[in-house]
Amino acid sequence: MNTSTTLGVGTLPMSATQDVSGAGPVNIELTATQATVGSAQIPNAKMTVRNVNIFYGEKQAIYDVNVDIGKNQVIAMIGPSGCGKSTFLRSLNRMNDTIDSCRVEGDIRIDDENLYSPKLDVVELRARVGMVFQKPNPFPKSIYDNVAYGPKIHGLADTRVDLDEMVERSLRKAGLWDEVKDRLFQAGTGLSGGQQQRLCIARAIAVSPEVILMDEPCSALDPIATARIEELIEELSQNFTIAIVTHSMQQAARVSQRTAYFHLGRLIEVNPTEQVFTNPEHSLTESYITGRFG
Amino acid sequence: MSKTPQHLEKIQRSLVRRYRAEKAFRWCGMLAVTLGLTAVLVVFADIFMKGTGAFSATYIALDVTYDREVLGIENFADQRQVNTADWEALLKTALRKEFPDVRKRSEKRKLYALASNAAGYDIKDRLLANLRLLGETETIWILADDDIDAYYKSWLGGNAYTARLTDGQLGALQALIDTDRIQLHFNANFLSRGDSREPEQAGIKGAVVGSFMTLILTLVLSFPIGIAAAIYLEEFAPKNALTEFIEVNINNLAAVPSIIFGLLGLAIFINLFHIPRSIPIVGGLVLAVMTLPTVIITSRAAIKSVPPSIREASLGMGASRNQMVLHHVLPLALPGMLTGAIIGMARALGETAPLLMIGMVAFIVDIPRGFTDPATVLPVQIFLWADSPERAFIEKTSAAIMVLLGFLVTMNMSAVWLRKRLERRW
Repeated sequence: MNTSTTLGVGTLPMSATQDVSGAGPVNIELTATQATVGSAQIPNAKMTVRNVNIFYGEKQAIYDVNVDIGKNQVIAMIGPSGCGKSTFLRSLNRMNDTIDSCRVEGDIRIDDENLYSPKLDVVELRARVGMVFQKPNPFPKSIYDNVAYGPKIHGLADTRVDLDEMVERSLRKAGLWDEVKDRLFQAGTGLSGGQQQRLCIARAIAVSPEVILMDEPCSALDPIATARIEELIEELSQNFTIAIVTHSMQQAARVSQRTAYFHLGRLIEVNPTEQVFTNPEHSLTESYITGRFG
Repeated sequence: MSKTPQHLEKIQRSLVRRYRAEKAFRWCGMLAVTLGLTAVLVVFADIFMKGTGAFSATYIALDVTYDREVLGIENFADQRQVNTADWEALLKTALRKEFPDVRKRSEKRKLYALASNAAGYDIKDRLLANLRLLGETETIWILADDDIDAYYKSWLGGNAYTARLTDGQLGALQALIDTDRIQLHFNANFLSRGDSREPEQAGIKGAVVGSFMTLILTLVLSFPIGIAAAIYLEEFAPKNALTEFIEVNINNLAAVPSIIFGLLGLAIFINLFHIPRSIPIVGGLVLAVMTLPTVIITSRAAIKSVPPSIREASLGMGASRNQMVLHHVLPLALPGMLTGAIIGMARALGETAPLLMIGMVAFIVDIPRGFTDPATVLPVQIFLWADSPERAFIEKTSAAIMVLLGFLVTMNMSAVWLRKRLERRW
């Protein structure tokens, strides 16, 4: 979409091509004028993010992000494609470690523990911060084994009965139990897309994480399956802290308490969701939610 | 742009061109496939036509009398007497009785040459298995000499090959044919014996066992090492100049002519480590080194084809890298790895050149009974037989090729079957 002529955003000349990495002349002006507006920092935060910069090799993908993730809240991250919201999300459980060229600078803490300190075990971290991916990715194993995998590798279940209970509890929480209880030992990959995604959620909550990261969990699903997942997110937010990246502003509006708007690698605005969608503070946010680009 | 008539015409003309090109391309493809298949069929048909003869052998019916006097054995419990006895004498007596007209010494010798010189041992085995036959006379089928075999088979085919036979022998054979005392029987020797200078006694079993042992060793060595190397390079190794260098060289190794690996085996395994020549151990080592690059390359491709989402899922669950590989990547990549290994094995099974360098080309009669017994392998056996002057080795050569092809086809089919069987969808 060519937006360069239609976009009248203050003094910021927009690049027509929306550079993915956030490099380019546009950003110099952004840096000069930009600090995140709104209420990025809140009391009673589960995770705190301070001065985080993320690089892919030489390219910088995330610039100086400061934000808190509230306990038992859902925070939605929205923004145009390539704005770095997925990259940012993945830094919250160090999934970026798997990418050789990726480098994270700054300070991210969960319950005041530094994620990137050498003392922290990444395996333990991922047990505390679970993740649900864009494309449903159940293991090519049975439904039962999918859910039981986490408890097994972390040694959470002492007996077979314990494990059975955990599997059932997780599947119930994910709203999948009634649909699959008769075929627990059939392949998880045989389920429908929406069921697969709920299976992945069940798998993630089976290890009782404190935070669940969701990276566009509904983008591969039809509206009905999406509605079910959204309901589920709402239920889960009573017990879990959830950070969700989404392309759908309606979804952000429906499921989240707070919304963060990313633009070209910068966190532009963080505010209560209602305010972001009714009365955004920043003109870029307004342009985005009113559909002028993105 | 409006669709004027000229515009449509242009599209139609381009369509005609496109369809013509497509058709030509399809024909080229079909022609290539047909040519390839025809070549394979011609080769197979030729080999089968030449080789089937080796699965039957000519036998002559003789009335053999188990005569203690002729044998000169007083005590059958005395091993030395039994072994040194003139067992062929029984045969010669029987032949003289069958053809009483033959008087001259030289003609007699020609007459004796009708039977294979192993026939005496067959009679010995028969009598020792059942000593009550002693003194009795019975009609038994005696293995004929390879010249007789060649003559009889070609005579059956309508174009008798008489070049190596005397008139006396031909007369005797005609008499045998007339009385139906010469016949083709299933050639069990071919499948149950080792190599021999006498074509009628030569069998494939020694080479099959040798091949089997060599391949077992090759598999045991190259499969685990290859998979371990592939997993390390693919999942754990840092991407730097060193691993890049290793990667390039693995690909280079896969393209090195196999005889070079034979030289390497000769220099390292035999000269440096003093492993004896001609044994399956050294053959297996050389073939393992030769197969290793293939196994590594196919295994890496199999690992690469595991979708990254599975890796992310397991890492996201808090699996360690090791657990990710063992629990998720390996099971998914295993069918591809096995296929690669089997194809590598099939290549190793058909390999001759490197084994020539390490002495597995020796003439070995005994069937190897262990990894340290001298042995030869199927393709080398084919090479040896193809190199032999006796006419009867022509069919042996083709038959050995048939056996080798049988193994190769079985291995390749099992590779396909395994892949189908183990393949999991995701």
